[in-house]
Amino acid sequence: MSQTTLERPAPAAEPAHAARPKRRLGGGTLLFIYTWLVILWLIVPIFVMIAFSFNDTKGRYNQEWQGFTFKWYGKIFEIEDLTKALWTSLIIAVISSLLSGALGTGIGYALGRYRFRGSGTLNLIMFATISSPELIMGASLLSLFVSLALGLGAVTITIAHVMFSISFVATIVRARVVTLDRSIEEAAADLGASAWTTFWKVTFPIILPAVFSGVLLAFALSIDDFVVTNFTAGSVTTFPLWIWGSTRVGLPPQVNVMGTLIFAVGVLIAVITNIRSRSGKRG
Amino acid sequence: MTTPQHSAVAGPPGSAATGQSAIRFAGVHKNYLSHGDTVPAVKRMDLAIAQGEFFSLLGPSGCGKTTTMRMIAGFEEPSGGKVYLDGKDVTGVAPNKRDVNMVFQSYALFPHLNTYQNVAFGLERKKVSKAEIKKRVGEMLEIVSLTGMEKRAPKEMSGGQQQRVALARALVNHPRALLLDEPLGALDLKLRQQMQIELKRIQREVGITFVYVTHDQGEALTMSDRIAVMNAGVIEQLGSPREIYERPATRFVAGFIGTSNIVEGHVERTENGLALVSYTAQDRVVVPVGSAVRVGDKVEVSIRPEKIDMHRGVPPVTSTGGSVLSGVVNEVVYHGTSTNYTVATAAGADFTVFDQNASNAEDLADRGDRVYLTWAPQHSYMIGV
Repeated sequence: MSQTTLERPAPAAEPAHAARPKRRLGGGTLLFIYTWLVILWLIVPIFVMIAFSFNDTKGRYNQEWQGFTFKWYGKIFEIEDLTKALWTSLIIAVISSLLSGALGTGIGYALGRYRFRGSGTLNLIMFATISSPELIMGASLLSLFVSLALGLGAVTITIAHVMFSISFVATIVRARVVTLDRSIEEAAADLGASAWTTFWKVTFPIILPAVFSGVLLAFALSIDDFVVTNFTAGSVTTFPLWIWGSTRVGLPPQVNVMGTLIFAVGVLIAVITNIRSRSGKRG
Repeated sequence: MTTPQHSAVAGPPGSAATGQSAIRFAGVHKNYLSHGDTVPAVKRMDLAIAQGEFFSLLGPSGCGKTTTMRMIAGFEEPSGGKVYLDGKDVTGVAPNKRDVNMVFQSYALFPHLNTYQNVAFGLERKKVSKAEIKKRVGEMLEIVSLTGMEKRAPKEMSGGQQQRVALARALVNHPRALLLDEPLGALDLKLRQQMQIELKRIQREVGITFVYVTHDQGEALTMSDRIAVMNAGVIEQLGSPREIYERPATRFVAGFIGTSNIVEGHVERTENGLALVSYTAQDRVVVPVGSAVRVGDKVEVSIRPEKIDMHRGVPPVTSTGGSVLSGVVNEVVYHGTSTNYTVATAAGADFTVFDQNASNAEDLADRGDRVYLTWAPQHSYMIGV
C-alpha cells in the first residue's frame, strides 16, 4: 500500500476546520462586564418564570415568593381549560410546522437552485411577509377568512400559521442550498441517480439540518403566537390566548410550570443539535 | 501545416484492436446565450478518442475544454452535431443514462456518506447485489490504496485521499470512459506529482479510457497518450505529447506548451526542403519547409530554448548550414538546473536560451555580452499563421 507516501505532508495534515486561534480583545474587563450584563438581561425573565413555578403561592396571584414547592408540577393538568388550550396549541404547532417545513423546503430549494419566472417576486414577497407587522397580517387574514365565509377555528389558525412560517423555513433552506456545491448533485446524476433519487439520497440528507432548524423555528413561532391567532381563532382558545385572558384574574402557577417545561424541551433540543453537529464535524 | 490530423481517429499503439472509438464527436458545437448574444464556447469539433486511451484536453481557462468534457458526460447538450459513445449516438441522453463517469474538480463527494457508501453509490443505483457491491468496492479501494478507510467520512480525509475516493467512486462502475476535470488542481505540488504517477498506473491497471481536462501543460505532457490543445473553442493541435512539444502547429501552441522563440521573415531561397531567411549578411534562420513555400513568402519559425547553442564573442563555423543569429545578452537568470538567458537578436525578436548547468561552473555570458546563437536546421519549425 502506497498510502503513507501519498499522505499529505505533515503541516497540511491538520483538519481544515481546526479551531482558529482567537484574538484577544483589548479592554478585557469591560468586555467581561458587558457580556455578563447581556447574559443577565436575557436570563432574568426566564429565571423568574422558572422560580415562580416552584412558588408555594396561596392566593390568586403568583407574584410574591411564599416558599418552595413541587406541588404545581403534580397539579399541572388540573385546570381543564388550560390543558385543553395547551393541547390545541401543540397540535396546531406540530401540523403547521410540518406543513410549512414541507412547503418551505420546496420553495427554498427552488429559489436557491434555479432562476425561474417569478422567482424575484417570490423573494420579495417572502421578505414582505417576514417584515410585515403581525397586527396588519392578522387583520387582513381575518377579513379574508370572513369574506371567504370560512368558519374561524383551528383550521384558520393553522392556515395563518403556515402562511407566516413558510417564509422563515424557505429563507433558511435557501441559504443552505445556495452554499451547496452543485457538482455534488451532478455527481449523483453521473452515477446513475434520477432527479428524484438524487434529491432524496443526496440533497435532502445534506440540507436536513437546515430543514430541521426551519421546522423548529416554525414550531416556536406557532406555539407562542398571539396576535395573528387572536384574529383568526374564532371561539378556539390556544395556550397564549388562555394566558392573555387569565392575566386579569391572576395567572395560576400551572402556566409557569408549562412555560418551564416548554423552555426545558427547547433547551434540550438546542443542546442535542449542538452536540450532534459538533460530533458530526468530528465524525 | 503538417499536423497529423489523421491520428485523430487512430488509437494509441496497442489499443486500436477494437476499431471503434470510445468517444466520438461529429460536428459538435456549443453556443451559450449571454445577455442576448450567442457566444460560441466550442466551435465545430470532430474528435475521436480511442478505447483505452489517456486523452487530455489542454488549454487556458475559457478555451472550451470543460464544456467539451461536460458534453461527453451529458451535463451540457451540444447546440449542434452528435456525440457517440462506443458508436452509439447519445446526443440528448441524460447524464444518469450515460455509461461514463466523472471525477469532479471539487471531488463532489457525498458529505453525509462514508468512503464505502460513496464508492457503492453508483452500483446501488444499478441494483447490483449487496455481496457483489461489497466485493467490487473492496477491490476498488485496494486499487486506489484506501483499504481500511471504509468508515471514514470525506471531511476526515486529506485532499489526496478524497481525490482517490472520487476516483474509486467513478471507476467502480466500469464506465466506458472516465472523465477527469482538473482533478489534481487542489493538491499541492508534491502530492500532485505523486498522483500523476498513480493515475497513470491506475489507468493501465483498469484499461479504461481516460479523458483528462487540464490547464497544466506539464501534467498533460507527463500522462497523456494524446493531447488536444484547445484555444477559443477550437482544437489547435492534436497529437502525442512529443509531437505537440517538438512540432507545435500554431503560434498559440508554441507559446502555450513550454517556451518558444518565434521569428518572422521572408523566404530568400529554398533548397533541398530547407528555406533560408536572412536578416543580415551573417544572421540567418534555416527552416525545413514543404513544397508549398515559395521565395518571398512570409514565414514564422519557432525554436525551443533548449535546442540553441550560445557562443560568446567567437563567430561560429557556419558550414553546417544551420541557423545563426547574433545578439546581445539582456538578462541572465540562474535556475539551479539551468541558466536562462534573454538575448536581443539581430532578427528583431528577443530569444530565450536555456543552458543546462552540467559541467560549466561559470555562466556562458554576462549581461551586455555580444553572443552568437546557433542551432541545427531540424530544430527550426515553421508554424501556421
